[in-house]
Amino acid sequence: MALLEIEDLRVHFNTRDGVVRAVDGVSLTLDRHETLGIVGESGSGKSVTALTVMGLTRLPNAVVEGRVLLDGVDLLALPLHELRRIRGSRVAMVFQDPMSSLHPLYKVGWQIVEAIRAHGDVPKDVARRRAVQALADVGIPSPAERMDSYPHELSGGMRQRAMIAMALVLDPDVLIADEPTTALDVTVQAQILDVIRRLQAERGAAVALITHDLGVVAETADQLAVMYAGRVVERGPLATVLDAPEHPYTWGLLQSIPRLEAGPQRLQPIAGTPPSLIHVPSGCSFHPRCPYAFALCPEIVPPLVLSQPGHDVACHLPPAKRQAIGRRLRSEDDASGGLAAG
Amino acid sequence: MSRPALSAVAPLPAPTGAEPLVEVRDVVKHFPVRRGVFFGREHGSVHAVDGVSLEILRGEALGLVGESGCGKSTLARLVTRLLEPTSGTIVYEGTDITTWSRRRLRPLRRDVQMIFQDPYSSLNPRRTVGAIIGEPLRIRHVGTKATRRRRVRELMERVGLNPEHYNRYPHEFSGGQRQRIGIARALITTPKLIVADEPVSALDVSIQAQILNLLKDLQSEFELTYLFIAHDLNVVRHVSDRVAVMYLGRIVELSPVDDLYAKPVHPYTEALLSAVPVPETKARERVRGRIVLGGDVPSPAAPPPGCRFHPRCRYATDVCRTVEPPLVPRREGHVAAFHHPLNVGAR
Repeated sequence: MALLEIEDLRVHFNTRDGVVRAVDGVSLTLDRHETLGIVGESGSGKSVTALTVMGLTRLPNAVVEGRVLLDGVDLLALPLHELRRIRGSRVAMVFQDPMSSLHPLYKVGWQIVEAIRAHGDVPKDVARRRAVQALADVGIPSPAERMDSYPHELSGGMRQRAMIAMALVLDPDVLIADEPTTALDVTVQAQILDVIRRLQAERGAAVALITHDLGVVAETADQLAVMYAGRVVERGPLATVLDAPEHPYTWGLLQSIPRLEAGPQRLQPIAGTPPSLIHVPSGCSFHPRCPYAFALCPEIVPPLVLSQPGHDVACHLPPAKRQAIGRRLRSEDDASGGLAAG
Repeated sequence: MSRPALSAVAPLPAPTGAEPLVEVRDVVKHFPVRRGVFFGREHGSVHAVDGVSLEILRGEALGLVGESGCGKSTLARLVTRLLEPTSGTIVYEGTDITTWSRRRLRPLRRDVQMIFQDPYSSLNPRRTVGAIIGEPLRIRHVGTKATRRRRVRELMERVGLNPEHYNRYPHEFSGGQRQRIGIARALITTPKLIVADEPVSALDVSIQAQILNLLKDLQSEFELTYLFIAHDLNVVRHVSDRVAVMYLGRIVELSPVDDLYAKPVHPYTEALLSAVPVPETKARERVRGRIVLGGDVPSPAAPPPGCRFHPRCRYATDVCRTVEPPLVPRREGHVAAFHHPLNVGAR
């Protein structure tokens, strides 16, 4: 049994405009010592999946179905007071914008100390020592002084480090990082990813890294799940999905990214725009944008099925054909210099 | 070598002998910092742009990269004269426009247009798309209502919008479509220079590629010159002919695009390039060889003495802490401001 198992998760929101199918049948597993990268564009359901794991979508207008098992315990079925004990101590989350997730009127140190004391009867001075250590662990210089800083006194990179420190101070089993570096500059992003990689190696936590940037995933994750319109369309070991992708959406994503190594040739964008989650296209939700779609695609939702060991794909194209197309696209990429030495 | 850095740097060599459309010489923009609630006293200043010289050549796409706070957006607003520089000169088509008044600049506005990062806040939510795109023509009383309308529809079609949507409002469009509206609005005055400030950074990757391709096509079709600002080095590489790298209000390196990416001379450029994540399985190996810059970008209100990059530079020596390196040619068409240049053989 994996540490965290998400089984057929559905999250629908009832709104004035109709039902928003934010997450529509997502299954994922995550184990200790493993980093799962979840990529997708805005509206793919990646953030809502994460929020639901944290129990943050328990809203009057939300309908949540499926199971989220942490060591076999269904988090969706837990009463709120029990969920609260798990949240923070066993499953922690880092958000994209540290300015809005840190309280602007309390000192950073106070907020970390509070997180520690909310989960156990720890004396104040002990909690404070642990908080200073946590800030030191994420590479904040002079951590003892930084304890008394307000969030606005820290730079974006430092705030994000403080958030990570707060998330990790209770040694959670699962860390969910939702676009942790999207608001940061590349050089600072490199620092933060470094911190996440290092802490994971030291503590063996399971990390779910949600991002729209395939580059960030490529240097951090072991497993990769690609999401589109509320569903997982492809998942497998990182190297397999990047080197031998089998879903047309994954092909499109990889081809539409401008790369440092490649010359300035023409990009190949995915036609059209991501669908509205209120009017999700029938069958495979990618079919209106897919150059390979055929009669079956608008009719039936393709299930996520095993293509090769460990590699699941949700596509109606026959596996042999998919692999052939994938290989051809890859070699075109090679020929155009897309994979020149980096 | 120890030439004071604020002094004039000879206009940068043009690679192909193309004439400059815009020349920026020693431009400085300081913003006063005030303390106190209403009429606080001046408390020093933020040196947003601190002595920048460059040329934008006719027909080229000049990329401008740098991290947040390096002054790239301020530089864009100086080039378009939305801001007046504290000192230095801005020359447009051979004419010094540095101190021109708003009224005098008005005829120039049709030549120089901007595309903004956020397609949500740069469009008036209460006006129809047709009215937004046609506004510059209406203000200038160009043609009749009917000809303006026809022109707007043509342009909508050209940038990939459905002309039938002439009477819709911005909120009815997706982010990518809104960016197309912004592009059409910029093109309607048949400008010569387009300053695009992070035009794709708010868009999803699949949409980003559509907009980048569109911008490239339009450039050759309308014979446009671009000043293209972005923090994403992949994006800049894709559209630019030459690239300028900014750090703390200064240009630290400027070079033809391939040369810069293949052989950066300035260690900041080197670090910036190595920090870019690539979607490849060998990304992990790349991480090991990565140059991770320590610390943060210093405050532009109190830039470090000497070379501004020295506190984060792994090659820094004593000379870097005291003497500001001038921007000098390192290779053909390639200039960099650095005491210990990389990739130039001798030294």
